[in-house]
Amino acid sequence: MDWSFIVKYLPAYTEAAGLTLRLAAEGIALSLIAGALFSVVLYLKIPVISKILNAYIGLARNTPLLVQLFLLYFGLPKIGVRLSGETCAIIGMAFLGGAYMAESLRSGLEAVERIQYESALSLGLSGAQTIRYVMFPQGLAIAIPGVTANIIFLIKETSVFSAVALADLMFVAKDLIGLYYSTGEALIMLVAWYIIILLPVSLLASYAERRIRRSGYGNI
Amino acid sequence: MEIFSDVRNILRLLSGLWVTLRISLTAVGLSVPFGVAFGLLMTWKNPVCKVLSRIILEFVRIMPQLVLLFLAYFGVTRAFGWNLSGGTASVIVFAVWGTAELGDLTRGAIASIPKHQFESAYALGLSKLHVYLNVILPQTVRRLIPPAINLVTRMIKTTSLVVLIGVVEVLKVGQQIIEANRYTFPKAAVAVYLVIFFLYFAACYPISLAAKKLEKRMNG
Repeated sequence: MDWSFIVKYLPAYTEAAGLTLRLAAEGIALSLIAGALFSVVLYLKIPVISKILNAYIGLARNTPLLVQLFLLYFGLPKIGVRLSGETCAIIGMAFLGGAYMAESLRSGLEAVERIQYESALSLGLSGAQTIRYVMFPQGLAIAIPGVTANIIFLIKETSVFSAVALADLMFVAKDLIGLYYSTGEALIMLVAWYIIILLPVSLLASYAERRIRRSGYGNI
Repeated sequence: MEIFSDVRNILRLLSGLWVTLRISLTAVGLSVPFGVAFGLLMTWKNPVCKVLSRIILEFVRIMPQLVLLFLAYFGVTRAFGWNLSGGTASVIVFAVWGTAELGDLTRGAIASIPKHQFESAYALGLSKLHVYLNVILPQTVRRLIPPAINLVTRMIKTTSLVVLIGVVEVLKVGQQIIEANRYTFPKAAVAVYLVIFFLYFAACYPISLAAKKLEKRMNG
């Protein structure tokens, strides 16, 4: 093990980890927003739009992110749509994540008893108020395990971004292996960084899950 | 789309898809027996075994699959001097990943079986082997099938990553077709990647649908 090598290239990894984290945060934020909107549409079974959304969810959940990125990054420029690697990455994450989040949140909303919805309406709340103040807080609590699993899944999926020329952790590791044959050191730093990023998220997720189960929110 | 007027191009893509499917299906075949065994091992109350299996599980689940592929493909070569081909490395990685995931699913399914099933079986004088083989496992399998089928689609989707360690599969074949027709069909990239996108969809969607149907039937 060559420690001077590790010390020398640690800054490169730190920078790459920053990029991974930033892209993951942006992608997850977008997919949560999209997923929340979609889940409400699906829950209310709004005629045409929910059919379209179901088709979209089927497509997004049954194709790999890598293929989606290739289509965006290498395919679209041929018909005149030129996107930067970063834009592609974020669009791809939002496309994929939106579908996963929509599914989890919808099943959360559906697990809330129907009587909650009807009582809120009969108390004179508007439809939007019912969703916002009555259904969503309860549905979200039920959906937390699914949502956190999706967040971890999406962070892991960022590892394919090196394929669209983004200098993330995978990219740096591959670079160092190719340049200096220092495979052991490069891989150890790679694994260490992913543990540093993902272990706290994973621990936080299981904490949140336990917390929610104990609180027994609503009618669970 | 005119690039596919030459049928050979479609056949080449399909043979590329077969490489992907063969890797994932071999890995699935390996992970079923190992996964169930790993799951049984995790229900064992020996503390050393519990901690050890927990660490292995968390490591495999937390690492992005691409990192695991790098570890097997570059790391093993370096550390032990074994020259694994990209295909072998991917089968090993996906089998290990599948074993961990299926192991956790099995553990969850066994844990969800009411305790009185064990106690009644023992009270009837069945041996430990018979209790597991004839009472517990049949019930476990019923609960296990829908999530296990979902795992299969996840594995097929994730196999798309093997292109990044140099396996010639559907994406690589697509790139070759694009390059070979650079002058005759300069805009082929969109069509090729779109077809690959829908090939993955065609491979995964029926499996997801089957999982959903089974899940509904078991809950309802």
